[in-house]
Amino acid sequence: MDVAIRMEGITKRFPSSGVLANDHIDFQVRSGEIHCLLGENGAGKSTLMNILYGLYAQDEGSITIDGRKVAFSLPLDAIKAGIAMVHQHFMLIPVFTVLENLILGNEPCKGLFLDKHKAQEEITRLSETYSLGISLQAYIQDVSVGMQQRVEILKMLYRGAHIMVFDEPTAILTPQEVKDLFKTMRRLKEKGNTIIFITHKLQEVMEISDRVTVLRDGKNIATMETKHTDPRQLANLMVGREVLFSVHRPVVEIGGEVLRVEDLTVLNQRNMVAVDGMGFSVNEGEIIGFAGIDNNGQSELIESLTGLRAVRSGRICLSGEDLTHACPNTFLKKGIAHIPEDRLYRGIISTFSLCENLLLGHQDEKRFSRGMFLDYPAIRRWAKGVLESFDVRYADLEMEAGLLSGGNQQKVVVAREVLRNPKVLIAAQPTRGLDIGATEYMRKKLMDIKAGKKAILLFSLDLSELMGLSDRILVVFKGKIQGEFCARDGFDESSIGLLMAGGRPQ
Amino acid sequence: MNAKKVHMHVDSDRLIAWLRVVVTVVLAFLCGFLILGFTKFSPAGAFGAMFRGAFGSKRGIAETFLSMTPLILSGLGFALAYQCRLFNIGLEGQIAMGGLIAAYLGYALTGLPPVVHVAVCLLGSALGGALWGLGPGYLKARYGIHEVISVIMLNHIAFKVSAYMVSVGGPMKDRSDFMPASPFIAKSAELTRIWEGTRLNIGIVIALVVCVMVWVFLYKTSPGFKLRAVGQNMHTAGATGIPVKSYTILAMVLSGALGGLAGGIEILGIHHRLLAQFSPGYGFDAIAVALLGLLNPLAIVASAFLYGVLRSGSVLMQVVTGVSKDMVSVLTAIIIFFMGMGEPIGRYLKARSFEKRKKKYAA
Amino acid sequence: MLHDILNLVLLSSTLRIATPLILASLGGVVAERSGVTNIGLEGMMLLGAFLAVVGSFYAGPWVGVACALGGGMLAGLIHGFMSITVKANQIISGTAINILAVGLPNILIPVIWPEHFATTPVVETLPCIQLDAIGKLPVVGPILNAQSPIMYFAFLMVPFLHVMLYKTRFGLRLRALGEHPKAADTLGVHVVRIRYIAMLISGSLAGLGGAFLSIAYQSQFSMAMTAGRGFIGMAAMIFGRWKPVGALVACLLFGFADAFQAAAQSAGVPIPPDLFLAFPYVLTLIALVSLAGKRSGGPAAAGKPYIAA
Repeated sequence: MDVAIRMEGITKRFPSSGVLANDHIDFQVRSGEIHCLLGENGAGKSTLMNILYGLYAQDEGSITIDGRKVAFSLPLDAIKAGIAMVHQHFMLIPVFTVLENLILGNEPCKGLFLDKHKAQEEITRLSETYSLGISLQAYIQDVSVGMQQRVEILKMLYRGAHIMVFDEPTAILTPQEVKDLFKTMRRLKEKGNTIIFITHKLQEVMEISDRVTVLRDGKNIATMETKHTDPRQLANLMVGREVLFSVHRPVVEIGGEVLRVEDLTVLNQRNMVAVDGMGFSVNEGEIIGFAGIDNNGQSELIESLTGLRAVRSGRICLSGEDLTHACPNTFLKKGIAHIPEDRLYRGIISTFSLCENLLLGHQDEKRFSRGMFLDYPAIRRWAKGVLESFDVRYADLEMEAGLLSGGNQQKVVVAREVLRNPKVLIAAQPTRGLDIGATEYMRKKLMDIKAGKKAILLFSLDLSELMGLSDRILVVFKGKIQGEFCARDGFDESSIGLLMAGGRPQ
Repeated sequence: MNAKKVHMHVDSDRLIAWLRVVVTVVLAFLCGFLILGFTKFSPAGAFGAMFRGAFGSKRGIAETFLSMTPLILSGLGFALAYQCRLFNIGLEGQIAMGGLIAAYLGYALTGLPPVVHVAVCLLGSALGGALWGLGPGYLKARYGIHEVISVIMLNHIAFKVSAYMVSVGGPMKDRSDFMPASPFIAKSAELTRIWEGTRLNIGIVIALVVCVMVWVFLYKTSPGFKLRAVGQNMHTAGATGIPVKSYTILAMVLSGALGGLAGGIEILGIHHRLLAQFSPGYGFDAIAVALLGLLNPLAIVASAFLYGVLRSGSVLMQVVTGVSKDMVSVLTAIIIFFMGMGEPIGRYLKARSFEKRKKKYAA
Repeated sequence: MLHDILNLVLLSSTLRIATPLILASLGGVVAERSGVTNIGLEGMMLLGAFLAVVGSFYAGPWVGVACALGGGMLAGLIHGFMSITVKANQIISGTAINILAVGLPNILIPVIWPEHFATTPVVETLPCIQLDAIGKLPVVGPILNAQSPIMYFAFLMVPFLHVMLYKTRFGLRLRALGEHPKAADTLGVHVVRIRYIAMLISGSLAGLGGAFLSIAYQSQFSMAMTAGRGFIGMAAMIFGRWKPVGALVACLLFGFADAFQAAAQSAGVPIPPDLFLAFPYVLTLIALVSLAGKRSGGPAAAGKPYIAA
């Protein structure tokens, strides 16, 4: 069988974060096969494919397509070579019709005018060949997500692609739409196209792929025929048999219930249900870990618990007080603090000084203000002490927070939030993008907070981290809680991994 | 950590800021020279006359300070709104409304002791301007309607209302005079003249005091802190409990109030009655004044001084050389252009030096 | 009294008042549809008005029109440079153009016409065109006939731009840039080039609108004579949902209201003239407020500088 794609020794390091996203990866795809690229978030799958597609350039390594060595500098080059990528975030224009989106940049014309008829004929032919069932006159914003995806596929076929990369295509599809997508993929394969399918969902790998490659920490861990493996083995390879990060777990007496969430339903930006009737409770001194792949409702849950997103239905009670529709200020005052997952967007103000960043939310406290006026000497003294006790490496109190390293920025956010003395602390991806030292510090800090009889809701994409820190783990998938695990019973990573990926417990 | 290294970085940021301002002003004058060069006017003669007009005589110096007053206040107004990422180009209308109310209270109320009367008039003018800022602020906060268009409409409405008030048969027209003006305000409402033989009055002192107050507000109080936070990153501000919508409205209201105050001082201090178009464009100068002052109240005093020179000097320039006073508007436009251009360029330079230094701090 | 107001003269006034609004509004549509917010329409219009008079003075009204178009294009180019290449704040850039346009004529007027300040002398106006075919139409014929060529042009631009935006390849690509420039970029659409062309069109339309103000029915230029029409045009653009036909309807509405106000005034309705003059601005404000709460609309990417990946 011919090799359609051969990537050898691909290495990519991102200079701004220093992270080694791809570590000498060798990756091969045979012509006419459906090949899955499997791995957790951050494993390096998207980076590898973005290099293939011409969005990034690799630091080392070579790429060969259909036997010819290539070096793409633009996605347009890749398209000309026959490679197309269907991104997770569609490159579609919502207010244009399907037809307009399909022909943009490649419009058939009669003189100056668009020849929509000609386009329509050609596209309808393609659509029928692959049984895509596309209605050309509909507006993208009115069309289902599944249909939008087929439009992206058709867009690529229309431009002559025969190698197609799908980046987490089922992340936003309903089960029925997933079935339709797989039908389409099989048809694409029948017609001789090659498909690479990036995913983290084990059931899908088993269902659709011919072969699967597992990536972890930027390395190619294994490549095998799908029929020779099973979900359990794949889960283990994906998650890795790393030694559980052992933090000294203080023996803390779990107190009474402090937060209760009942039947919570929250809509996302596109008015789709993101949190689907979730219910759970959290006690004092407990760390609840939320395990789940990105985009399964975690962000919306966090936003509803901090007043940043409206709640469709359900209740949020803090120490018996109903806070369901309160504003962010109320949540803070009543005792829910939040370490946001995107610190540059919502955590710090990059142009403000360290001092000012720490002050956010604390500016009206009696010890810092006399009436309206801020007591900067007092604030500075406090800030200095805080930065020291949280081990923030900085040069000057007045320096812009944007200049700090990621780890130190995160420490500033943590310090600010922890010092509100909240009853509940929501930590969203607290160690994302941090180096080893900062990560260890953060985890130890969370333990200290727990020891102070506070409750912590920990959201992390790193399963081993969750297992090392949590008292209980709730697995989130498609906005629902799929299962609950207790530390006392010992955490079984394979079972958790399975539930995370939408599988059934065995 | 090496403290010296940080001071270097803080200084390099300051250097970039100074560079932006100096380069802008120099380029603006160069462009002015070029434009005049295309005409029969002598650039050197024109600008020479301008500086002579501003400094050459007692009256000239007084007029320079007189022009500074509304420029400081309206510059503060623009800067305050811009600190909250709002573009208040409606200061001209807010100035007009402020003047209108000050004039009315000035002649309609009698029998008040001077200090009280002045205070009432100025408060009224500030309120008038504040009201003129409230509408656009609310529309932006609640409905996302861009403040630029609503504020310009209110400008024109303010001009027409003002013109109406002093037109023939208008409610504020002085019947005994054929000029389109209101009656003169009571003596008790006039701002005290402080320099014998000139029109210079305590308005300049009021402006400087207000300037300090705005500085204190922005940098030393909790609401000022919150306002700046909203302007720098409204998402983080919102997430830490700051009510973003309320502060958007507050910023526009305060900005309008400062404009209104500027108008009030113009009336109480110089004209002593309402004239139809008493502001020669201070509301638009304010944009350049604020940008040149990099939105810092104390620096705005300096850029307002520069503008005071331009405005007062341009009168003599027009008389002596025939170059229109509106040369100042042309310079204003060029200054705004270059300050606008400098923003992304400055950010780019800062980012470049930041990348170099980040490695040193990433310990 | 109503009869004095509601007559064919009203229709004629409506068309005349609407024309510059239509041109400014269309200029705004083209710019924003390509993703650039053009706040400087007012200034471009004013510069066009001034340059039209200058051109007419030296070489006749048609040269004046050419000068207005050229000046508008130049201003559009400058705004384009600031917005597309330098990626500066588009509101700042537009505002600078507006301020420049108020002051610059005052410097140049005494140069060209000594002894004149702020107002030019009278110059030759653009001759009206006789279109007998239209003139023969019943009732409206006499009104629609013998109008300024700029007016006919403005009205013709509406279907022209409609076809261009919705039926040509260029229009499709332009509209894509205003919605999702990244998607268009990945498909090979030339973001920078098309946006600059849009700015040229936008500026020249605004400039032409200014020419209409100064040399079509008037015959001179006076300081700041656009009096906010550029902004009203923008409001009409918003009200017309960024569509050429919608903008036309909105401008006709505004024009009608303004014409009505003027007719009412001369028919003796007892409202002070200055307050009457405030009417168009109040109306615009009401129109903006009435849109509040409805889908904010507008090209999704308008006003945001595009940074190529």
